Amino acid sequence: MKYSYYPGCSLKGQGRAYEESLLPVMRHLGIELEELPDWNCCGATAYMAVDEGKACVAASRNLAIAEKAGLQQVLAPCSACYLVLNKTQHLIHDYPQIKSAVDRAMTSVNLKYSTDIPVRHPLDVLISDVGVDAIKQKVTHPLKGLKVAPYYGCQIVRPYATFDDQFNPTSMDRILEALGATMVQFPLKTKCCGGSLTGTLPEAGLRLSYIILKEAIKRGADVIATVCPLCLFNLDSFHGKIAAKWESARIPTVYFTQLMGLAFGMTAKQMGLQRGLVPMKPLASAPACCAARTAAAAT
Amino acid sequence: MQSTKENIRIGFYVCHCGHNIAAMVDCADVAKYVKGLPNVVLSRDYKYMCSDPGQELIQKDIREYKLNRVVVASCSPLLHEHTFRSATAAGGLNPYYFHMVNIREHDSWVHTDRGEATVKAKALAHAAIDRVAFHKALETKTVKINPDALVVGGGIAGIHAAMTLANAGKKVYLVEREPSIGGHMAKFDKTFPTLDCAACILTPKMSEVGAHPNITLWSYSEVAQVDGYVGNYKVRVKRKPRYISEERCIGCMDCISACVFKEPKFEDEFNEGLGKRKPVYIPFPQATPQIVVIDPNVCLNFKRTKGPDGTPIVSDRCKKTCVEACGDKNAIDFTQKEEIKEIEVGTIIVATGFKTFDSKRVPAYGYGIYKNVYTALEIERLVNASGPTGGEVILREGKNPDGSPKHPKSIGIIHCVGSRDKKTNVWCSRVCCMYSMKLAHLLKEHTGAEVYNFYIDIRAPGKGYEEFYNKLLDEGVHFIRGRVGEVTDWAMTPEEEGKLVIRVEDTLAGYVRRIPVDMVVLSSGLEPQADAQDVRRLFNMSCGTEGFFLERHPKLAPVNTFTDGIFIAGACQGPRDIPDTVAQAGAAAAEALVLIDKGFVEQEPNTAFILDEECSGCKSCIPLCPYSAILYDETRKKAHINEALCKGCGTCVAACPSGSIVQNLFEDEQIFSEIQGVLAYD
Ligand SMILES: Cc1cc2nc3c(=O)[nH]c(=O)nc-3n(C[C@H](O)[C@H](O)[C@H](O)COP(=O)(O)OP(=O)(O)OC[C@H]3O[C@@H](n4cnc5c(N)ncnc54)[C@H](O)[C@@H]3O)c2cc1C
Repeated sequence: MKYSYYPGCSLKGQGRAYEESLLPVMRHLGIELEELPDWNCCGATAYMAVDEGKACVAASRNLAIAEKAGLQQVLAPCSACYLVLNKTQHLIHDYPQIKSAVDRAMTSVNLKYSTDIPVRHPLDVLISDVGVDAIKQKVTHPLKGLKVAPYYGCQIVRPYATFDDQFNPTSMDRILEALGATMVQFPLKTKCCGGSLTGTLPEAGLRLSYIILKEAIKRGADVIATVCPLCLFNLDSFHGKIAAKWESARIPTVYFTQLMGLAFGMTAKQMGLQRGLVPMKPLASAPACCAARTAAAAT
Repeated sequence: MQSTKENIRIGFYVCHCGHNIAAMVDCADVAKYVKGLPNVVLSRDYKYMCSDPGQELIQKDIREYKLNRVVVASCSPLLHEHTFRSATAAGGLNPYYFHMVNIREHDSWVHTDRGEATVKAKALAHAAIDRVAFHKALETKTVKINPDALVVGGGIAGIHAAMTLANAGKKVYLVEREPSIGGHMAKFDKTFPTLDCAACILTPKMSEVGAHPNITLWSYSEVAQVDGYVGNYKVRVKRKPRYISEERCIGCMDCISACVFKEPKFEDEFNEGLGKRKPVYIPFPQATPQIVVIDPNVCLNFKRTKGPDGTPIVSDRCKKTCVEACGDKNAIDFTQKEEIKEIEVGTIIVATGFKTFDSKRVPAYGYGIYKNVYTALEIERLVNASGPTGGEVILREGKNPDGSPKHPKSIGIIHCVGSRDKKTNVWCSRVCCMYSMKLAHLLKEHTGAEVYNFYIDIRAPGKGYEEFYNKLLDEGVHFIRGRVGEVTDWAMTPEEEGKLVIRVEDTLAGYVRRIPVDMVVLSSGLEPQADAQDVRRLFNMSCGTEGFFLERHPKLAPVNTFTDGIFIAGACQGPRDIPDTVAQAGAAAAEALVLIDKGFVEQEPNTAFILDEECSGCKSCIPLCPYSAILYDETRKKAHINEALCKGCGTCVAACPSGSIVQNLFEDEQIFSEIQGVLAYD
C-alpha cells in the first residue's frame, strides 16, 4: 500500500517527534509513504478564519499536486492539516464561488483540481487498512501496565466523523490496547486543549489544558497519548504556568505513534521521546537496553 | 391507430380543478383539440368535475348523446377514478367504459410553462381517447369476508382493538410475542397528564381480554406466515414452548417458590434489568394470562448447549422441585415443543408498538458508562410501587456513610435523547416531553430532590397537557432550555466531586452551565420495533423512511394500509401517547367491522387470465407471481390464475413467452393505442 505523505509545517518543526515516530512505524507495518513533492501550507487556523477562499486555494494546491502525480490517497497526520484538507474538499463541492476561485488559481500554475483524493488520517489507515490484528502481530515489547489517557483532540472527528465516532472515538484506544496498554476511562477525549488560545488568551486557553492534564492524573494515567501536534504542544509546554495558577499537573504527553514504536521494539531515542518536556517513565516491559535508553532520553 | 370498432361515441371532460389545473393548462384549448379527435361526440371543460353537478353532467350526456365511452382529464385516479366510474354506471354504462387522465399531479402541478403543460395535457388526452375505444365491459367480482379477526401485538392498542371487535360479537385471535399482554403501559406507575395509576386502568382491561369468550389469547406467540387476501387470510401462528401446559396451570405460582434457586438470580426483562427473577417466573403480578413461563436458557433442567436447530435440550439434571410443588395439576411439561396453529381470518390489525431508542448510541450522555445514568423506562420501574424496589428511588451506585442505600438529592432529566437530531432520529417522539414531566413530578414526590429538565422545546399539545406543564412549574421543578452537551464526571469545584455534571448551554440565560446531579434520566425517543421490516413483509405493508408502518393516507386513511383488510393501530405507525393510541385502535377496529359487517368486498376486475388455447404449460409465470395466484393444472397441462388472489401487477403478462396471458384493462391493443395516442400530438 502506498500513500502520499503530507507532513505540513508541524511535523517538520515543533512536532518533529511525530514524523520521527510515524515514518518508521508505518514502514514497519509495510506501509509506504512518499512525501508529497513541493507541498505548501495547508491553510489552517488564521487563513481559514480570515479568508476561506484563499485558504482553500492554498490547501487545494497540495491536493492538485497529488492528483498530478497520480497518487491515490493523501495521508495527513497533523489534525489541523487533516481537517483543513477535508474541509476544502467539502467547500469546493458546496460553494461554486470557492470552486471557481480554486479553478482559476490552479490554472494559473498549470495544475488542476478535478477529483477528491481521499485525505486520510494515520488512525484511519491503521484501523481500516492495516487492522488491529496486524498491529498486534508486530508487538515485541508489550506496553504492559502502562495506563494511557487516550486524547484525540477536537479536529479529527469534528465536524467530519468519517472513520470514528464524533464524541467517543475509539480507534486510538483499540490500537493502544493492541500494544498491551490499558486505557483509563477518559471522557475528555475530544475536549478542547485550548488551541491557539494558550497564546492569545492564556487565562482561557491554559485552563482548558489544565482540565485535561489534571483529569488524566486523577484517572490514574501514566501518560497522555495524542494525535495532534498542537494538543501535544499545549499539554506539554505550560506546566510552570499551570502550577502557578492552579496546581501542578505534570504528566507526560506523547504521540500515539511513539508508543507504537516502543511496542515494536524501537528505542525511545528513535521515537524522538527525548523531545518531550515532561519525560515519560521507562517502561517495565522494555528490555534492559531499551529501558535504559528511555530513561536516558528522559533525563 | 384508428378505432376499428363501429359506433364508438366518446364523451370527454377536462376539469379545471379550480386553479389547480386551469392556472397551468388551457382547459378550453384542450377541450377544443379533443373535439376534433376520432369517435369524440362531445368535449367539455368544467370547473369541478368531481362535484355533484359535474357528475350529473356525465350522466345526462350519456343519456342525451348516447355516449358509450367516457374520458375525464383531471386529478389522480387514486382520488376520483371511483367517483367517475360510479357516475358512468349511474348514467347506464358499464363503469369500465370510463377512463381517467391525470393532468394535475402529472402535469399542472409539476410544470411551470403553461404552453408546454397544455401540450402535455392534449397528448395525454389523445392517448386516453385512442385507448378507451378498446375498453370492454367488465364485471366486478365479490368475495366473502370471513368474520373472524386477528390482532397482532397485545399492548394497549391491541388490547383495545381486540376488545372492541369482541364486544361487537366477532371472534378475535390476539397474538402477543411476550409471555403477557400489556406492552409498555404495563410498566408504568402513573400516566400523564392525569397521573392515574397505569395498572388500575390497564389491568382490568387485560383480565377482560383474558376472560372474554370471543377472544382467543395466544401469548408467547408470533405470526409466522400470512397467505390469502382481504376477507380470506390464512395465518400460521408460532406458539413458543413455555414448558407449562396453559390448560392445566392455574397461576398459583407454587412452582416459583419451590424452584431450586432459592433467590431470584437472573435479569428480569420486565423490570428493565433492575430486578432479578428465577428460571420459572411470571413477568409481573397482574400478567395476563396468569401462566408461568420457564426460561430454558437458565433453567437447570435444560442443557446449556442447544440442539442443532437451536431448540433447548432437556438435561434432567435438576431435582425438579417445581414439578413436585405443582403436584396433581401436573402443569409443567419439559418436553413441550414449538407448535404451529393455522387459523383463517378475514381482517388483521397490526399493533406491534415501538421500542425505545438505545441511549448508548449517544455516548456523550454516559449511559452504560456511569451507573447513575438511567433510561426513562428504568425510572418507570424504579418509581413503581410494584417495581424492583417497591417504589423506593435508590441510586445504582454509591452508599450513604452508614452503608444504607443512597437516594438522589438532585436529578437531571434530559429530553430528546435520540430524537430531533440529524445524527440519530430526526423526528420528535411526541411523548417524551410529557413523560419527562410525569417522571419529574414522581421523582420529586418520591425523593424531594431538586429536579432539572433540560429541553429543546416543551411540546405539550394535548388535553390538559399545557396545564400539567404549568403544574410542574408551580411545583418548583426547574426547566433549562438547551440541548445537553454531555454528562460527565470531571469536577471543577469541590461541590462537583463525586457527582454527575450536566454541561449545557442555557439558551435562555445565554451561557454555558454545569449542573451537578446525583442521578441522570435520559428521555429516550420512540423508534420502530427492531423487526419492523420483517413484520412489514409478513403482512405486505409498507414502512415510511423512518421505519414506522405506513398508513394508506396520512389524513384520510390513517389506520388503513395499502393491503386491503390489514389495518394498523398504535405506536407501530408512529410515536403517540395512550389516548391517541386508544383512539386509533378503536378506529382500526371500526374499519375492520365495516368489512366484516358488509360481509363481502368487491374486487377490481383488472386481473390477468390465461388464453387456454395458447398456453403451452411452460410454468415460467408461476414462480414470478408475487401473490402465489398462479397454479398449474396437471390434467389440462395449463397454468391457471386464481382471480381472487391476482392483484393485477402484470408481471406474468410481461413474462409469458407465448403471449397467452392477458390482463383486463391492460390488453395489448389498449396499451398500444394509448402509446400511439400520446405520440400523435406534435
Ligand atoms: C418511558 C415512557 C413513558 C410513557 N408514559 C406515558 C404516559 O404516562 N401516558 C401516555 O399516554 N403515554 C405514555 N407513553 C407512551 C405509551 O407507551 C404508548 O403510547 C403506548 O405504549 C403505545 O401502545 P402500543 O400498544 O401501540 O405499543 P406497545 O405498548 O409497544 O405494545 C406493543 C405490543 O406488541 C407486542 N409485539 C411487538 N411485536 C410483536 C410481534 N411481531 N408479534 C406479536 N406481538 C408483538 C409487544 O410485545 C407489546 O406487547 C410513554 C412511553 C415511554 C417510552
